[in-house]
Amino acid sequence: MNTQTPPVLDIKNLRVEYPLTNGGTLVAVNDIDLTIRPGEIHALVGESGAGKTTVGNALMGLLQAPGRIAGGSISIAGKQINTRTGRTEGIVPGRDVGAIFQDPMTSLNPLFTVESQLCEGMLAHLKISRKEARARALDLLKAVGIPEPERRLGSYPHQLSGGQRQRVVIATALACDPRLIVADEPTTALDVSVQAQILKLIRDLADERRVGVLLVTHNMGVVAEIADRVTIMQNGSVVESGSARGVLTSPKAPYARTLIAAVPPIEHRLERLPVPSEETPATLKAREAVRGKTRSAAESKEDEPMLAVRELCVEYGQRSFLPSRRTAFKAVKSVSFDVKRGEIFGLVGESGCGKTTVANTIAGLVAPTSGSVHFQGVALEAGRTKSVRQSMQMVFQDPYSALNPRMRINAAIAEPILFYELASNAAEAREDAAILLEAVGLNGQSGERFAHAFSGGQRQRIAIARALGPQPSMLICDEPTSALDVSVQAQLLNLLKDLRDLAGLSMLFISHDLAVIRQMCDRVAVMKGGEIVELAETETLFSSPQHEYTRELLRLAPSLDRILKAENTAA
Amino acid sequence: MTTRAFLQHRLPPISVIIAGLVLATMIVLVIFAALIAPMDPRDVSSYSLIDMEIPPSFMDGGDPRFLLGTDNQGRDLVSVILFGLRISIIIGIGAVLLAAIIGVALGLIAGYFGGIIDTILMRVGDVLVSFPTILVALLISGVARAQLSGATVSEWAPVILICAIALNEWVQYARTVRASTMVENARDYVRAAKVIGLPSRRIMLRHILPNVMSSVMVIATINLAGAILTEATLSFLGAGMPATYPSLGTLIRIGNQFLFSGLWWIAVMPAAVLVVLVLAVNVIGDYLRDRFNPKLMAH
Repeated sequence: MNTQTPPVLDIKNLRVEYPLTNGGTLVAVNDIDLTIRPGEIHALVGESGAGKTTVGNALMGLLQAPGRIAGGSISIAGKQINTRTGRTEGIVPGRDVGAIFQDPMTSLNPLFTVESQLCEGMLAHLKISRKEARARALDLLKAVGIPEPERRLGSYPHQLSGGQRQRVVIATALACDPRLIVADEPTTALDVSVQAQILKLIRDLADERRVGVLLVTHNMGVVAEIADRVTIMQNGSVVESGSARGVLTSPKAPYARTLIAAVPPIEHRLERLPVPSEETPATLKAREAVRGKTRSAAESKEDEPMLAVRELCVEYGQRSFLPSRRTAFKAVKSVSFDVKRGEIFGLVGESGCGKTTVANTIAGLVAPTSGSVHFQGVALEAGRTKSVRQSMQMVFQDPYSALNPRMRINAAIAEPILFYELASNAAEAREDAAILLEAVGLNGQSGERFAHAFSGGQRQRIAIARALGPQPSMLICDEPTSALDVSVQAQLLNLLKDLRDLAGLSMLFISHDLAVIRQMCDRVAVMKGGEIVELAETETLFSSPQHEYTRELLRLAPSLDRILKAENTAA
Repeated sequence: MTTRAFLQHRLPPISVIIAGLVLATMIVLVIFAALIAPMDPRDVSSYSLIDMEIPPSFMDGGDPRFLLGTDNQGRDLVSVILFGLRISIIIGIGAVLLAAIIGVALGLIAGYFGGIIDTILMRVGDVLVSFPTILVALLISGVARAQLSGATVSEWAPVILICAIALNEWVQYARTVRASTMVENARDYVRAAKVIGLPSRRIMLRHILPNVMSSVMVIATINLAGAILTEATLSFLGAGMPATYPSLGTLIRIGNQFLFSGLWWIAVMPAAVLVVLVLAVNVIGDYLRDRFNPKLMAH
């Protein structure tokens, strides 16, 4: 690379501080160095709270007061940023630095057309006429690969799909030919197939336009796919930095090693994900106690499936007195599968494929339009008995809304125990709650606190403990780890596997993440457009996918292994 | 600098502090009214017509025994205002409580179950709010007067007023609680409670209710001022508290007859107290609304 051209971004010893209410300071970013050359994609990875987004905000002058740059320097295209005001002489955010944010729905103004969003920045920064701006907008839409660009100029954001919206956001970021683009989790909200296209687009733009890209992400697969260089952050400091392949294949810092090891591989199945186990003797003792309480799974015939779903259809619609005004959307079209005893059955698919609707229908949160669900041989259409409700519990996706903010944790866990009379009094139920907390790896004493005192991963553990309280035989997990950091995800996946072995649970495991599915499930069904397109043993499905859609999903999923493998064959 | 900014952020503005002190003082005075007031306006033997229409003590012809003067029956204005303030506050709080209980219960049911139950409850509410509160209250107290004897009406006047005001006011609570319930209903902790199999009543009371109460508190404070004013209006119109057991509104009505004969204090003194009371409650209510629930500003 030509060393004469100045780097588009040069960060030296950057330090960002937030004053705390008690008079102290929180150091969000501590003494980091980062350089991006033209045409280079530099990934900034780390778990939540690592300070990676703060770096992006600092260089765009978007730090929220009272946060401030406390030291160091940032240079964009050779010009130094004023650390006091967050602005740079001669550098205009929007003209020289483009931004791509995580959620394309919220980063576009819903009241403006694509054309006005694109032209706004150009008219403000480039001093060109409206006609020129329009022509340029059209070029940009072509460059980011939006079909029918002429028509799309007049569209509003809600008329576009998620992937198209993100393309428009990228076009907006490119509008004034910036030297640098800050992409903060640009594909996190998108499906894998769309993600693959967007990543390719960003890679091509970097190569063709010589734009430097700071890619903030938590997804190692994305890093492996497109980044040239990578910097791993932890608690505001750089842990390791180097070429993407070098860092990903042979990380040197212990934290980097753990982080990369925690990424569930899509290419092969591991017995357990290699994360430091936090099983204390108390945890093991509590798990023994839970095992002792588990009702024997041999209540009914062994050969009968735990759950039998037959030709399940679910329609959402507008009800009306007039038949002509009734509309129906078929979310689930004739889905059939069995979950065997002690099995983890996976449902995988992109957003809108109906997998969550299937889970909600089985859990009784949504009424099916037609079809049948049998649980332990009992048909559920007629209504659920107390024992059926007790035997089937659910873990939800968002750990932040899954717990009642006004309830103490032990009360929340004890509530179903008391309701099903599994403890004779409140004190005993609280003891059981403490044992369950220990069993999921939390301190039994922490139950006196409220939900907000816990991190996302801890909350999800609490939600699992609550679901185990009624001593269920089946657990429905709806994307239980997709809101969590990768190392926390690995711990939770291990925990769920342990609990399956411990309590003889059957599980319906729903995820959009193929790698997670491969690690967790015994059998898996791939859903598309409300239908199951392929159902097979997990290993069979991953080694020899039959359906075209499954093959495409597997091909597009960003994968660390693929890079490592390519590296090995090259070496 | 940050510590000061922090303190300024946490402490309410000075106007709110003053309003809070004024309200607290009024409530203390009212609780101990029987001890503080020089005489008991309900006890006919404690005052006499000889003392009628004496101006406040700071004016010519004033009597040091009567700080704010006396009314047309010789009652000490300080005493009648204290007892009037008490009845006004009791009716205001009572009406707000009753309206909140009805509104929260119906709002929870409507928001939780949705469908036809929701439609019926909310349409009934729509019909009720399309009548002005005053009109409904006049109707109820009119019917009560026609059906019951004079003595019974006087005795039950506060209860009748509370019911009349609450009948109209609950709709606002029901609407707000219904909307918040629908939001909470879609959240995972409520769905988890449903999957656990808890009965609806328990989910509503134990899980949803504590999470919708903050907006109820804000509306209750704002409506308190409105309820006090409605009561005063009804009493002023003669449909509220009787002259033998006057509220502030009744006192203003009595004073109104003498306003142009130079005896201005009989009307102005209770009116001033009413204004201060309502202003204090409003200032606190506005502060709470802005602090806790910016979305409610439309109301």
